[in-house]
Order: sequence, then C-alpha cells, then structure tokens
Amino acid sequence: MSALLDLQNVSVAIGSAHLLDGVSLRLERGQTLGLVGESGSGKSLTAMAAMGLLPLIGGRVSAGTVRFDGQDLASLTDAQRRALRGRRIGFVTQNPMTALDPVQRIGAQIDVVSRLHLGLTKHAARARTLDLLTQLRIPEAAAVAEAWPHQLSGGMKQRIVIAMALAGDPELIVADEPTTALDVTVQAQIIQILAGLVREKGVALLLITHDMGVVAQICDRVAVLYAGRLAEEGPVAPIFAAPQHPYTAALINCIPQEGMARGTLRGIPGAVPSARQYPSGCRFHPRCVKATAECATHIPPLTQRGDGQAACLHLPEIAP
Amino acid sequence: MYSYLIRRVVMLVPVFLAVSLVIFLILHFIPGDPIDNLLKVGSSPEARAQMEARYGLDQPLPVQYGIWLSKVMQGDLGTAIVARRPVSDLILQALPHSLRLGGFALLFSSVVGVGLGVLAALNRDKWPDKAIMGGVLLGSTMPSFWLGLILMLIFSVWLGWFPVSGARSASALVLPVLTIGLGGTALVARITRIAMIEASGRDFVTLLHAKGLSPLRIQLRHVLRHALIPVVTILALRIGWILGGAVTVEVVFARPGLGTLLIKSLSQHDYPVVQACLLMLAMAVMLGTLLGDILQAAMDPRVRAALA
Amino acid sequence: MTLPAPIRALRRPAGALAGLWLILVILAAIAAPLLTPYAYDIQELKSAWQPPSASHWLGTDEFGRDLLTRLMYGARTSLSVSSIAITISVLCGMTLGAAAAWFGGWFDRAVTTIVDLTWSFPEILIALILVAIIGPGTTGTMVAISVAYLAQFTRLTRAQIMTLKGETFIEAAASLGAGNGHILFRHLLPNALAPVLVSAMLATGDAIILEATLGFFGLGAQPPVPSWGGMMSAGSALVFKAPWIIIFPGLAVAITVVAINLYGDALIAELDIRARMRRAV
Ligand SMILES: Nc1ncnc2c1ncn2[C@@H]1O[C@H](COP(=O)(O)OP(=O)(O)OP(=O)(O)O)[C@@H](O)[C@H]1O
Ligand code: SF4
Ligand SMILES: [Mg+2]
Repeated sequence: MSALLDLQNVSVAIGSAHLLDGVSLRLERGQTLGLVGESGSGKSLTAMAAMGLLPLIGGRVSAGTVRFDGQDLASLTDAQRRALRGRRIGFVTQNPMTALDPVQRIGAQIDVVSRLHLGLTKHAARARTLDLLTQLRIPEAAAVAEAWPHQLSGGMKQRIVIAMALAGDPELIVADEPTTALDVTVQAQIIQILAGLVREKGVALLLITHDMGVVAQICDRVAVLYAGRLAEEGPVAPIFAAPQHPYTAALINCIPQEGMARGTLRGIPGAVPSARQYPSGCRFHPRCVKATAECATHIPPLTQRGDGQAACLHLPEIAP
Repeated sequence: MYSYLIRRVVMLVPVFLAVSLVIFLILHFIPGDPIDNLLKVGSSPEARAQMEARYGLDQPLPVQYGIWLSKVMQGDLGTAIVARRPVSDLILQALPHSLRLGGFALLFSSVVGVGLGVLAALNRDKWPDKAIMGGVLLGSTMPSFWLGLILMLIFSVWLGWFPVSGARSASALVLPVLTIGLGGTALVARITRIAMIEASGRDFVTLLHAKGLSPLRIQLRHVLRHALIPVVTILALRIGWILGGAVTVEVVFARPGLGTLLIKSLSQHDYPVVQACLLMLAMAVMLGTLLGDILQAAMDPRVRAALA
Repeated sequence: MTLPAPIRALRRPAGALAGLWLILVILAAIAAPLLTPYAYDIQELKSAWQPPSASHWLGTDEFGRDLLTRLMYGARTSLSVSSIAITISVLCGMTLGAAAAWFGGWFDRAVTTIVDLTWSFPEILIALILVAIIGPGTTGTMVAISVAYLAQFTRLTRAQIMTLKGETFIEAAASLGAGNGHILFRHLLPNALAPVLVSAMLATGDAIILEATLGFFGLGAQPPVPSWGGMMSAGSALVFKAPWIIIFPGLAVAITVVAINLYGDALIAELDIRARMRRAV
C-alpha cells in the first residue's frame, strides 16, 4: 500500500536559490512524523511543498516528486490541488496571532471550509463548527464563533486554527511549529490535542518542531533536516536510543530542560549556514565533532540503517 | 462607539478654531486697509469711520475675531461687497453645484480607481499592471484645467456630445466629473494596488490558501477587504484635495460653484465671500477626516476595540 | 568603479528616455535666444491665429507670436520658478522637520499638527490664497509654491529622522560620545537626504503643474513674459478657434512632468529607497 504522504528526492528552489536538496519522507496513514532541524534548515519549505503551496512564496519543486495518496501533486490541476487542501490535508500554522483574518468573525472562518469542501449548508456548517469547537474543549463555543480574532488569546487562536484544519475531515494534518509562539503551559495542551486527533480520529500528522522532547513523546518516526538536506530519518525509538548521524546525536543531547528559553535548541556550537553559502561536502562538517578532511569534499549519500536512513560518511559500525 | 464619535467631534473644535482664526487673519494680511477695499474712492473720513464701526473694525483684533466667529456660528457670514447680498445666499447658491460635482467625482474616482488598482495588483508586473500604472502616471501629470480643455475640445467641439459649459443639464456634468475624476482615479488606483500587494503578503493569506479557497476569492473577499481600509482612510483625508480640483475645473467649464465664486471674489477683492468659501472648504476637509475615522472603525474590528 | 546613481538611472530605458527629454527641455530653455528666429513679445497681428506650418512649426497665438518661441521662453519661466520654489521649500521643510524630530515635545506636536492640517488642504487653494495676499507675478508664485509644499517636506524629513534615530548606528555614535549637533548634521541629515531630494525632484513636477495652473488663472508671470500656464490663460475661448494654442503648452507640461516622474522612479530603483519613500507618505 502506498504511503499517505510520500516525498521522493524533493528539491526546492526559490528563484536562483536552491534551498532544499533531495529530501525524501514517507508518512503512513494514522502515523505521526516529526520533522526537526534548526531554524532555516528548510522545515517550512518541506511543509509548503507537501501542501503544494510553494508558488505562493515564489518557489517550486525543482526535482523529485511529492505524492499524496499515490497521486503526484505536479500532475494535478490547480483546482485539483485546491480540492486537496482544506479537505484531505489540514494546515496548522506557526503563528496563530497572525494566522486568522482579523476582520472576519471566528465562526465564518471555520464554516467556510466545510461549506466549500463538504458542501454543507450555512446552518449545517455552523453546527459542525460548534461541534468541533466543543471537541477541542473550547468553552462557550457559540460565543467564540461570534468573536473577532483579536478578542482571543494565543492558545485559543491556535485551537481555532486546528478547528479550521479539522473542518474538512482531513486524512493528514501538517502542523508547522504549532506551539513555538505560545506560552509553555499552552504548548503542552496543543500538543496533547494534536496527539489526541491522531489517536481518536486516525489522522496522520506531519509535526514540524524544534523540540526533540515532543518528538520523543508523540512521534512514530522522525526526520532530521540540516541545511536543506536530510541528515537522518527513521523510527523514533531506535534513533533516540542510538542516533546514527552526529547532528541527530547533538540535537538529542540538548533536549531543552525545564526553565530553558522555549523553542530554542541549545548547545550545538557554531551557526546554521545560510542558504547562500552552504559549505562544500557534508554541509554539517564545520560544526561536526566527528568531521574529517574527507567530509569537506564528499557529499555523504543516504545509507539504509535498520528501518531508517542516514547521510554521514562516518556512520558507526553496525553491531554484529 | 457613540462616545468615540462624540469625542471625535469634540476634538474637531480646536481644529475648527485654529482654521477659522487663520481664515479670519487672511483678511488682515491682505495688503492695504480692508476698509479701503470696501470704500469707494474719495469717500469722506466720516463715511470711513461709519464703515469701520459697521464692520466692527474699530475694535481690537481679538474682539473682532470673537464677533466674527459668533456671527459665523449663527450662520451670518456677512455681506458680499460686490454683490451687496448676504454671503450665505451666495454660498447656498453655489454649494449644491460643487457638492454634486465633488460627489460624483469622488464616486467615479473611488469605483474606477479601486477597480483599476485591483486589476493591476492581480496582474502584478504583467502587461495589464504596466499599462494601468502607465495610464495612471499620465492621468496624474496632466494639469486638470488642461485635461478639461482637451476633453472639451474632443467631446464638445469636435464630437458635439456634451455642452461646452454651464450646468443646465445633467450631461454638462459628465466632462467636469471626468476631469476631476481622472486625477482622483490615479491616486486611488495607486494606493489600492500597493495596499493589495502588501495585504497579499500577510500571514493569514497563507492559511486561506491552505484552506483550499480559490485565489480569486482570496484576493477579492479577503485581500481587497483589507486593502480598502487604507484606501478609504486616505481617500477621506483627500476629500479636500479632490474639491480643490473642483475649483479649477469649475472655472474651466464656467460652472457655478464654490470654486468659481472663490476665484471671482479673489479677483474682486470681495473678502467676506473669500472667507466664507475657505470656511466651507475647510469644513469639507474636517468632515473628510471625521468620515475617514468613522469608516476605519466600521471596517476594522481591531480599531473599534481600541476605541471602546 | 560604480557610477553615481543619477547617471546609472539613465541606463534604464525609461530613465534614459525621460532624461533625454529633460535635457532637451533644459537646453531649449537656456539657449532659447540663440535657437529661436522670432521674438517672444513682438505682436504681429497680421500673422495671428496661424495653425502649425513650415514657418511656424507650432503655429502662432492670438497676437501673432510664434508659439514654439514662446514655448521655449516659457520653459525658462516654468522650470526656474518651480525649481527655485521647491528648493526654498526643501530647505525650510528640512529645517522645520529636523527641528521637530530633534527637539520633540510640544514643538514637535505643534509642527506636526499644523503640517498635517495644511497637508490635507489642496496645494492649489493654499497657492491661490497666498498669491492673492502677495500679488500675482513670479515672486508671488514662487512663495506660494514653496509654502504649498512645505508640509510635504517637513513631514518627510521628520519621518526619516524619527526612523533613523532608532537605528543602531546612530545609537552607537551617541554611545561613543558624539555630540548632538554632530549626530544631527553628520549622521541623521545626510542619511535622510536621499529620499528628501528624490521627492523634491518629484515635487518639482507637481510644482510645474501648480505654476501652470496659477498661470492659467492669470496669476503667474505677467505678460509679456511667457510661461506655460500663462500661454493657456485665454482658456476655453481658444479651444474653438485655435486649439493648438492650448494643446502644445499643456503637452509640454504633461510630458515634462511624466519625464520627471519616470526619471525619479529610475532613481528610486537605483538608490533602492522605495520602502523609505513609501513610509513617509
Ligand atoms: N521566500 C523566500 N525567499 C528566499 N529564501 C527563503 C524564502 N523562504 C525561506 N527561505 C530560505 O529557505 C531556507 C529554509 O527556510 P524555512 O522557512 O523552510 O526554514 P525553517 O526550517 O522552517 O526555519 P524556522 O525554524 O525558522 O521556521 C532559509 O535559509 C530561508 O532563508
Ligand atoms: S559526513 Fe562527516 S561532517 Fe558530515 S556528519 Fe558525518 S562525520 Fe560529520
Ligand atoms: Mg519554519
């Protein structure tokens, strides 16, 4: 059976800038895939590619294929891609504060999804909206539906965005750092809500995050991006037990402890290279503790490791 | 909302006082004694004193201003020197013509300007955008009196479609409205285009696309809705500016109105009339800013919340 | 080596075309006495109302004067009056705007209020009133135009300095112990200069229109000195009888102003200050 979301060797470019380079991901139905990496590593671009939204920021898939439920997104018409978005793929953005249209009431912004994609009447759509809000444990759903975005808190807005993502009864939810902009206490609630959706509704979740702790907690698989390339990808438990790639190891080593500034990855020395001047060879080599001279000249290929894969010239010996 | 309205109107009072003071003082800046302007050459000193007393000009300046202002507030704008009629009569005669002209011109420039601005923004950097922006540039660089004359030449003289001048028929309104409207259209189209382009880059637009809405619907129902907020605000601020265009155009088409009245009174040194005309235009400007604020509050719930 | 931006702007197609026209007009204005076979002020009624022909390329006016000759002399009046007026306006506006931004407090508030108020009045009205006070003619027109645009440059300079004040290099200079005057004249004003100068150039275009409008009302340069607006002051009466008397001066105004705008656009693109220009409007 084909995976629900399947990216094969996807490269993404905006203008003359080549930002993603041969990224491959698979997400099965009802599973959760964590996508991690430092700021600027290309996580959001991967999400936009999966949604077919790259043209919006002037980007394009320059190589490889993005398949949703076996269909190549590139072979679909604009209208067919639109019919997927909101209906079969829901999207949760990074910053709920700016994600809602400030001059439209909350209810109407959710209603439109089920009216458009499920063909519900105005009345039925509103009933569905109120039902969703209640499921997301939003008190006084009817009042909230009549509210303006600026009247709600950040956590509440993110629940609204999730309700919008759910309104079309999707099979996949793409959540791009859904908690980065929120208070610590609210972060946990939102993660619980998303995990609950996977458990109870059987949706698949592509969760983009900075937080390896969250990955360990709710993801089935994890993919690690570094500077536009896939560093490592595989099931969560073995990777956390024995990370193959030095970058993954470094990320796991600095899982934020209580009291650390939220949304930050601490402890890997050196700065993320900018897309304009990626280092030669393995892009991680200026910061890698295991780097050798070879790493500066050779691009490491993706190598099968157990049920996953990793791209490093000096992978640890496989235990016999 | 109502308390905001009241506060907003109260805030206009000092502005009105300042503007009226400036307008009042203009009379005193005019070279020569205003009474000389009023008196016939060779009048006796008694006639002069009498005239001064009649206009309250023997009083100190602040007192004169107070008297003038209180009369203005009662609707007494004085007597026109040349026409020897109450100024308010002249104003009331001219005002409807100017309002009609300004109103239609405003309507024309907002509808056509927003339409062109949207078209340009939807086709950003493609030929329709370039053509519209080129036309807009042309429209804003032609002196309005000249544009009026050229339209008159083409449509009245050569084609004979519209009357050359006057305000006797509705069709006489077409060319003047077009003349003012084209300048305003250029302004509105330019602001609309920039506002649309800026609004399309906003965060929430991404989510609208992620919901699967069609791009056209997103542009027209959401982006335009946002773009209209600055457009309406600036348009309201520029009401006086559009009425200013009316001044020259009224003269070109020999239409009755505040502009014609103002120019005529300026050349006849009929200062009470000049003052009254300026006062009317100033009121229009102030009402414009008020209208802009109200519309902004009506269109943007965040503004309403900040005001409550 | 990089050429200065005003030259680089000429390498863009629109900038080149616009620059060419402007140079042509300025040369015609300067060299008018050498280039024109006719006098601009001698009336010759027997050759009045002539349409364009080989001997009078643009025709003659109601007094039999050659229109091309008057157009070239008119360029002198129109260009010099508007550019001098705008120069005065820029100098006063920069001083006022810088002072307001620098001193802040009640002074800033007073300046801002007055400037905002005058800004919402059409320039033509302000100019009409001022000319009525000062009296028609070249001087009156110049003063009227400079006052009419004062608000714009005060606003722009003030806005520029307010944003620059918050930027790090200014704070760095201050923390290094640079004096107030030093910061204002060495750092703030020079950095505010590019947008102000470019908008001064664009405003010169508007001023040419304003000058023409005052001339049209008979309030500009007084006869027999020709100005583009003054040449059209007989107005609608001419439209029937000799439209060329109206068409050509107006075209001269429109093309010149378009050229100024196109060149200004090219300059803005070269200097990369579009965002800073927009912020101040
Ligand atoms: N519109 C754009 N034009 C040019 N470059 C872009 C654009 N959007 C993103 N980039 C570049 O692409 C790279 C990846 O960006 P992306 O937004 O995917 O990073 P990210 O992993 O989501 O980071 P963050 O954690 O900060 O959200 C970055 O180097 C960024 O500078
Ligand atoms: S290839 Fe070399 S530099 Fe890159 S991760 Fe492996 S060891 Fe480090
Ligand atoms: Mg991102």
